[in-house]
Amino acid sequence: MELTGAEIAIRCLQEEGVEYVFGYPGGAVLFIYDALFNQDKVKHILVRHEQAAVHAADGYARSTDKVGVALVTSGPGATNAVTGIATAYMDSIPLVIISGQVPTSFIGEDAFQEVDTVGITRPCVKHNFLVKDVRDVASTIKKAFYLAKSGRPGPVLVDIPKDVSNQKTEFNYPTAVSVRSYHPAQHGEEGQIKQAAQLLLDAKRPMIYAGGGVVLSEASKQLIELVRLLGFPITNTLMGLGGYPATDKQFIGMLGMHGTYEANLAMHNCDVLLAVGARFDDRVIGNVAHFGQVPRKIIHIDIDPSSIAKRVRVDVPIVGDVAHVLGDLLAVLHSSKQQPDAQALVAWWKQIDEWRGKNCLLYRNSDEVIKPQFVLQKLYEITGGDAFITSDVGQHQMWTAQYYKFDQPRRWINSGGLGTMGFGLPAAMGVKLAHPDATVACVTGEGSIQMNIQELSTCKQFRLPIKVIALNNRYLGMVRQWQEFFHGNRYSESYMDALPDFVKLAEAYGHVGIRVTKPSDVEGALREAFARKNDLVFMDFQTDPTENVFPMVPGGKGLSEVILAEDL
Amino acid sequence: MRHIISLLMENEAGALSRVAGLFSARGYNIESLTVAPTEDQTMSRMTIVTSGSDDVIEQINKQLNKLVEVVAVMDMNEGDHLERELMLVKVRAVGEAREEMKRMADIFRGRIIDVTDRSYTMELTGSGSKLDSFLQAIDTSMILETVRTGACGIGRGDRILKL
Ligand SMILES: Cc1ncc(C[n+]2csc(CCOP(=O)(O)OP(=O)(O)O)c2C)c(N)n1
Repeated sequence: MELTGAEIAIRCLQEEGVEYVFGYPGGAVLFIYDALFNQDKVKHILVRHEQAAVHAADGYARSTDKVGVALVTSGPGATNAVTGIATAYMDSIPLVIISGQVPTSFIGEDAFQEVDTVGITRPCVKHNFLVKDVRDVASTIKKAFYLAKSGRPGPVLVDIPKDVSNQKTEFNYPTAVSVRSYHPAQHGEEGQIKQAAQLLLDAKRPMIYAGGGVVLSEASKQLIELVRLLGFPITNTLMGLGGYPATDKQFIGMLGMHGTYEANLAMHNCDVLLAVGARFDDRVIGNVAHFGQVPRKIIHIDIDPSSIAKRVRVDVPIVGDVAHVLGDLLAVLHSSKQQPDAQALVAWWKQIDEWRGKNCLLYRNSDEVIKPQFVLQKLYEITGGDAFITSDVGQHQMWTAQYYKFDQPRRWINSGGLGTMGFGLPAAMGVKLAHPDATVACVTGEGSIQMNIQELSTCKQFRLPIKVIALNNRYLGMVRQWQEFFHGNRYSESYMDALPDFVKLAEAYGHVGIRVTKPSDVEGALREAFARKNDLVFMDFQTDPTENVFPMVPGGKGLSEVILAEDL
Repeated sequence: MRHIISLLMENEAGALSRVAGLFSARGYNIESLTVAPTEDQTMSRMTIVTSGSDDVIEQINKQLNKLVEVVAVMDMNEGDHLERELMLVKVRAVGEAREEMKRMADIFRGRIIDVTDRSYTMELTGSGSKLDSFLQAIDTSMILETVRTGACGIGRGDRILKL
């Protein structure tokens, strides 16, 4: 039977087992919305802004290991989606975004709601397509899912002109795809893996540094086995949190700009570094030249060859899927007669424990004013460390990363690479839909939440009882912190004046709002909020406006040039 | 160092802008870029002349390989290769210069392909540096117009870039 391009697109989503499409209609996608209307396998979640559609699809993908799907119209629909797409791109999140386009005969004529969507999104997608022939719709969508999920994952956009969505052709969903120019590596090179094993066994001051690649590759099990077998210290990047259990004694905290003292110093001083699915980001290793001052051997496992030797020189590059490579590395280690250097390890751990002794995350609590760290510690306690936590961007994000101890992957959902304020709430919607029975909280600031606050309406419509934890310090806190440290306390435009009454706002959207002003009320309020299983509760915690995030490695400085709270 | 990178890519709209966009987005140099169809209708071949440190060149090769439409990449400088570029030059050719220009064309093995009573248009091929030397060898005030194709490269002997 012949189907329209629109019907084919929806059939493809069904074939891919897509549960939810996050989207917003408009002229160029009307046929696709019509096709959605006539079926009930794929459920559509109507967001209030296309950026949120993409973030929601992203949150869904990050929390599940599935591909997230968004649907937007041409022109402003597509441009609104760009921030979401770039966010997913920077963090390697598999998404398929379907955008409508003006009819093919109008392309290039500055038609109503025409933008060059493929051109605009080109630098922030893994790949994109403009489908000009209805006979290509099915094969293109098949390819899009394959590209999004395989290799180093990423967003793939499929732009479908309106006439193409209305033309008819026979529908055959391809069972397999191959793209002749695309062959992501799976297994690492055997010789390199052996070399890596030898370096690890000979190490005196070893360090394992694991990033988001471990989460994306579902490699936690292998990583845990490796770390336990070797007895080495391990740190996670912001993106990697949960990839290794934070409560384990070999975990020495997150590293990077706001990482722990012990993680950063161990990273700096190690003699053999095993980097797993991480990319030596500037927020992670700080100043590259400073990092290079200590001679060390680096083993780098990554699925993307271009991530290797991009910022630092690498001794043993291993291109492959992290889970596969770690599996092979474990096999080599198990079959080796040599053991890690126990004596050296004792000395190394002694050193690390000394650094740990600084207790760098200690903060001075108060009876008068709510400390943000305290809220997060309570959040951790009350949720038993078992919630899905999304966050926005700023100080609250860093505090959450520091104080919420993630023991499982895919529980910590944040925009690490692009640092997109406005990510948290829509991402939480995607997470909640994927895990309806789980506890889902969004930690945010009064700045960030206002970037996508309209989604409270979506949450009402689709009954998504997310807990919004707003750490309201009346400042764009992270900006204020930098201004305090590096711009002579000139708080240029970082004060959030004329804030809305968030409690009333939540109520206006049909939710529950709670304002908390006293430290003694924090725990009770959190308990009450989480007890309300079926309500979205917006908690407005009035926190200390002057609190700063420590430790801090200032931009451009080296990992050992860290500022601690006690230094000030 | 200067590198000539050749690539085969899918003959699809947009493939060229993906490559060009990569270079501008990541701040890589492009000295020249040429692209034309191959005997295989589904593919075109691009030659990019770029320069950078070894690390940058390594990244360029990796980033190019990462583009989904790029089928194969070969860094010509990793082995023996030939480089050719075509240049058309229109020069003043009046009075004494008429003979002089003809002689220069001969020395550089160029050919005069269009003649008027005031000008010659010459065709020269060779490596980029040979074409540069030609332009340096003649008086700039004599040059009316130049156009160069940008370099293309091919491996010597058994070094073949083909699918
Ligand atoms: C879309 C966007 N615009 C600007 C920034 C720059 N920025 C980073 S953190 C921050 C402040 C965030 O304030 P808030 O959400 O209140 O969180 P806080 O730092 O106070 O916890 C800003 C403006 C950003 N990351 N994203």
